[in-house]
Amino acid sequence: MKFALDFHSHTVVKKLIESELDKIDVRYSFHNSSYLEIIGNISSSKFNQIKSNFEKYGIQIKETPNDEFIQKVKDIITELIHNHKYHSYTSSNIISEKLKLSYGHISNIFSNHTLDTLENYIILQRIERVKSLILSNEYTLTEIAFALNYSSVGHLSNQFKKITGLTSTSFAKIVKKRNELQLNQSLS
Amino acid sequence: MDTKKEIYIYLADDDEDDRINFKNAIAELNLNTELKIVKNGKELMSNLNNIEVRLPDIIFLDLHMPVMGGLECLGQIRKSNRLHNIAVVIYSTSTLECDIEESLTRGANVYLRKPTDFDQLKTLIYKAIITNHHYTVSKQSRENFVMVI
Repeated sequence: MKFALDFHSHTVVKKLIESELDKIDVRYSFHNSSYLEIIGNISSSKFNQIKSNFEKYGIQIKETPNDEFIQKVKDIITELIHNHKYHSYTSSNIISEKLKLSYGHISNIFSNHTLDTLENYIILQRIERVKSLILSNEYTLTEIAFALNYSSVGHLSNQFKKITGLTSTSFAKIVKKRNELQLNQSLS
Repeated sequence: MDTKKEIYIYLADDDEDDRINFKNAIAELNLNTELKIVKNGKELMSNLNNIEVRLPDIIFLDLHMPVMGGLECLGQIRKSNRLHNIAVVIYSTSTLECDIEESLTRGANVYLRKPTDFDQLKTLIYKAIITNHHYTVSKQSRENFVMVI
């Protein structure tokens, strides 16, 4: 006996995905037929399991999430650094919570799509913020350390020196001199 | 995507061995880079001032060169409307405090003390490139980009 089959491939794929995800107890929702959201945090290993289960059916998770995802991560970091209300939380927890993905997973995506690690990106962004606070001349280093959630002013000084190769005092001195020089040049 | 964009690097150095070392270090870095090498400051400036050529993302500039030294080039770069935003790394064997301070004050972003060890050289070049890249992708002003490595 021969039959002609008629089917909607989207429905097939959707059913497949549903049964795979139900099997391993993952909550999810579909945004449209090719955009899936996993609800809550999942670990890297669970993510990889889903990925390989899908691959058996030729369904691929597009992990190039794009500049948009990376930008989202960066925006959260900027917010964390500028908004002192977060200062008693660790940045990894907040980032993970806001993006509903495990920190390990986010950090993997980040380093695969930028030239930097997420850890290092956060440190550099924070040091940039420290620099502008130092240059504003409004705060002591101790106040800055507290505002940016460093465990101590010593921790901040060490990290500053490690990243810039300069002490915060010589940094401030150099920038001041540089600005004076620029000013003199533009006046002359 | 960040990783795919090519980073265009200039090196100005009068010492042939140092030029070869730099080139080898860059080649081993696993970064998508394009390197242009010139032998002195004058050659550097005539390249940069040619409006037809693509501008580099970062310039490694030897401090002591005959004809035109690193600081003189740096001064011209910082004064030029077209060039002043380019990251400049002063690249020198001098570890003198006064050379470091002078270079940074005159607008260098990074002062890189040329190490004798090749692996160390690779690490420092990488650090300079990545930190600069960081300013590019986060669209931050390089005003406070000051570093000694």
